[in-house]
Amino acid sequence: MTGSSIKAEKGNTPLHQLTFKEAIDYSKKEGNKTLFDALISRAESLNPRLNAFLRFNKSDSPPHPSPVTGPLAGVPISIKDNICIRGLETTCASKILAGHVPPYDATVIEKLKTAGATLFSQCNMDEFAFGSSNESSAFGPVKNPWDIERVPGGSSGGSAAAVAADMTYAALGSDTGGSIRQPAAFCGIVGLKPTYGRISRYGLIAFGSSFDQIGPLTKTVEDCAILMNILAGHDSRDSTSAPNPVPDYTKALTQQIKGLKIGLPKEYFVEGMDKEVEKSVRDAAEIFKKLGAEIKPVSLPHTEYSVAVYYIVAVAEASSNLGRFDGVEFGFRVPAKDLKEMYFETRSQGFGAEAKRRILLGTFVLSAGYYEAYYLKGQKVRTLIREDFTQAFKEVDLILSPTAPTPPFKIGEKSSDPLAMYLSDIFTIPVNLAGIPAMSLPCGFTKSGLPIGMQLMAKPFDEETIFRAGHAFEQETGYYKQKPKL
Amino acid sequence: MNYEPVIGLEVHVQLLTQSKLFCGCSTKFGEEPNKNTCPVCLGWPGSLPVLNEEALKLALKVGLALNCEISGRLKFDRKNYFYPDLPKAYQISQYDNPVNGKGWLEIEYKPNKAVILSPDAEASKMENPEAQGDSQKVQDDKKMITKKIGITRAHLEEDAGKLLHEGIAAASLVDYNRAGTPLLEIVSEPDLRSPEEAYAYLTSLKAILQYLEVSDCNMEEGSLRCDANVSIRKAGESKFGTKAEIKNMNSFKAVQKAIQYEIKRQTDLLESHERVIQETRLWNETKGQTFTMRSKEEAHDYRYFPEPDLVPFSISKETVEGIRKDLPELPVQRVDRFIKNYSLSDYDALVLVQDKQLANYFETAVAEKANPKLASNWIQSELLALVNSNKHTVETLPKFFPATYLAELLGLIENQTISGKIAKDVVAISYESGKSPGTVVKEKSLEQVTDTKLLESAADKIIAAHPKSVADFKAGKRQALGFLVGQLMKETQGKANPKLANEILVRKLS
Ligand SMILES: [Zn+2]
Repeated sequence: MTGSSIKAEKGNTPLHQLTFKEAIDYSKKEGNKTLFDALISRAESLNPRLNAFLRFNKSDSPPHPSPVTGPLAGVPISIKDNICIRGLETTCASKILAGHVPPYDATVIEKLKTAGATLFSQCNMDEFAFGSSNESSAFGPVKNPWDIERVPGGSSGGSAAAVAADMTYAALGSDTGGSIRQPAAFCGIVGLKPTYGRISRYGLIAFGSSFDQIGPLTKTVEDCAILMNILAGHDSRDSTSAPNPVPDYTKALTQQIKGLKIGLPKEYFVEGMDKEVEKSVRDAAEIFKKLGAEIKPVSLPHTEYSVAVYYIVAVAEASSNLGRFDGVEFGFRVPAKDLKEMYFETRSQGFGAEAKRRILLGTFVLSAGYYEAYYLKGQKVRTLIREDFTQAFKEVDLILSPTAPTPPFKIGEKSSDPLAMYLSDIFTIPVNLAGIPAMSLPCGFTKSGLPIGMQLMAKPFDEETIFRAGHAFEQETGYYKQKPKL
Repeated sequence: MNYEPVIGLEVHVQLLTQSKLFCGCSTKFGEEPNKNTCPVCLGWPGSLPVLNEEALKLALKVGLALNCEISGRLKFDRKNYFYPDLPKAYQISQYDNPVNGKGWLEIEYKPNKAVILSPDAEASKMENPEAQGDSQKVQDDKKMITKKIGITRAHLEEDAGKLLHEGIAAASLVDYNRAGTPLLEIVSEPDLRSPEEAYAYLTSLKAILQYLEVSDCNMEEGSLRCDANVSIRKAGESKFGTKAEIKNMNSFKAVQKAIQYEIKRQTDLLESHERVIQETRLWNETKGQTFTMRSKEEAHDYRYFPEPDLVPFSISKETVEGIRKDLPELPVQRVDRFIKNYSLSDYDALVLVQDKQLANYFETAVAEKANPKLASNWIQSELLALVNSNKHTVETLPKFFPATYLAELLGLIENQTISGKIAKDVVAISYESGKSPGTVVKEKSLEQVTDTKLLESAADKIIAAHPKSVADFKAGKRQALGFLVGQLMKETQGKANPKLANEILVRKLS
């Protein structure tokens, strides 16, 4: 194979279209240079239209010399711009962190490097992961590869769009209230939010510390399992990371799903939800049944409070986490006559509208006199929501729901209505409140050709059952093979 | 009108750990600015805290020594505020679930002098007030006062960095070496009623912390800091008055003075029918006054909430009991032992014990066969006077005058080689030169003259030289003997054994 060729030997698939798994196999034989070149030319032609990458490695030779080693064999991968990479600008798509260069690698970056992955690009996102449409990025919105007038979802919109558009083989995102799953659904790819504590948060710039999880966005369930094998595990630098042993997730892919109990929560199928979305998730349930699973109704009675609780507790944590961006140590600073003015001007000019909204909201709910009524009550309801899942999982192995209540909406459609925007995470938020794992994977398309995603939720640390069912469904339906026309 | 002061103290002590509270950086003092830092203690985005278990252990030691309730449930909270020395814009502290809950500490002091006392010694004193014996002499006529002071809590938190204003004009620099250093904040109940009690509380607390070896309690280096909450109320009233929080004192004496000043300031306000305002005030050592720092309205709303980066966890009973078993001898226990084993008065025992190094010095001397009572007296009078007049510290005392020297000196007195009076000169020379008392005595020929023949011939000489005094003595004037003994001492350069000199003269004159 020569450097100028961008076709894989087998089946004449263009190199950029390979799955992560195929790219690893390819690289082990041919080296990663051609993979790199394929992605660079793809990114150069598409990124101006999609704005998925904030930065990508434009050099035409890979930073790692061949032959490449490690389980990931030098395959290029993309990173959401809120995960710290030593020596590379990392901004959270915010003006206030423009020029910020972390002096250390996040644990997941260390793990990827050790496994032999090549960091290819850094992905656009909603500013500080505040958003469900990727419109709040200080560096412009990301476009949905299936329809560039529509949003890719958020906040990991850049990661999702890049994977969907074959601009990268896989990407890391982060999920606080649906930020991996909702964009995965909107872009027709696979996205996993692992159990809270499954992957180290060390080096993930925090939004809601008790919600945040890093996770993979991939073309297939198998790709996702391969990455989870690398990323999962205890980290002594993250006190919230779990000591549970890490299984080989790829082993779960070969298992059958006969006898698996899958619950359909009645609270997730409500009046007024998008008919096409509802139908395709109900069809998915039928497919599972056909594959031998048992479908059962379940109830998650406190679902309706999820969004309210989330927008109290997560923003409270966010308001505190973002205090450090004050012009003293990192990133952006507005010079001023005194300290107070420097704080005011730096934060006023450095943060975008949605970041300010959440900082104010979070500061308010933690304020003296309001703490009990909001934050404390919110935490109590969070316990009830967690308990809902514990109860439901006594009856079923998995819970199936839509990932988002609608297909991807138009850019600008909800940006002036924060409440409508917040509701687009209504099905993903409860998972973060409970700390359980959940995956979004494609389950069909609207008549107009927009992807629809479904969500598979499992007990804490039971990602394996998600992989097992997800893989079986994916192999049965083959939705992942469909590509956006770009 | 009579007013009663109500005082509570908040003491921050730096715990003596190798590394910081939530990262592996060194806690060494005096390094070049920002050398002891990492992404965690600099609050770099994405970094996370991990609790230093050694700090937790030290905190538990203090809790056990202060009789605190220990729930075993450990939880941290964020205290949010903006200041350049606070890298994350929040301090990780403990809000509603401190590692150490309610406890107490007993203080004993006599007005103008603060010491600690063991509860047991105190009990025996109550039963038998006469039992104090000769310690009464040392204490003049003032009675010791004993009091139990409540501890509200003692919780773990991280320290902030330091702003440096020198160097460049119109700018400040920040040194984060101290950021993240483990602190234990020990809060007392408002049980203290005078500046002296506050001083006694601090002395007693410091002794405990030093015995536990959890902190070096150096106020000048900032390893111990103290804020005082002071209010006054009419005598007999049960409601508290409006309090002021006083900061910026850098010695126990300063705390005492600041409280004294504050009581007077508040009393003057009430006497002139003005209100005391709830506020934070700064002590100005040079001016000897407190000044407004910020009013209650300007006070921060810290927006405390549970630190999500550190999950709450339980400390097992076994861990706590293991730490309790390993506690060293505490001041109260040592006082007991000194009274019992060395027959010291409780006052003497307290003065020695409240300074761990002084007590160690005493015990080393006793181990070298020094008479305990004499050793205690010599330490408290001559040796401490030398330390003070040379502006030294108890810490360096063994360097200038090792405890073995003290034992040697007391031996020389006991076997009558030198008199007590000469011994004082010997100590001074020895302290200065580093030579042992025995060497000094030999080199300067300071041995007492006990040679009867020598003294008798000297006595003859004196009697011959002072016929008038001899006549006076024979006429019944006893004072004349004193003069003659004095002359004999002079004749022997003060080295005559005073008792022997007396005897010989009396015999020769009668
Ligand atoms: Zn550090």
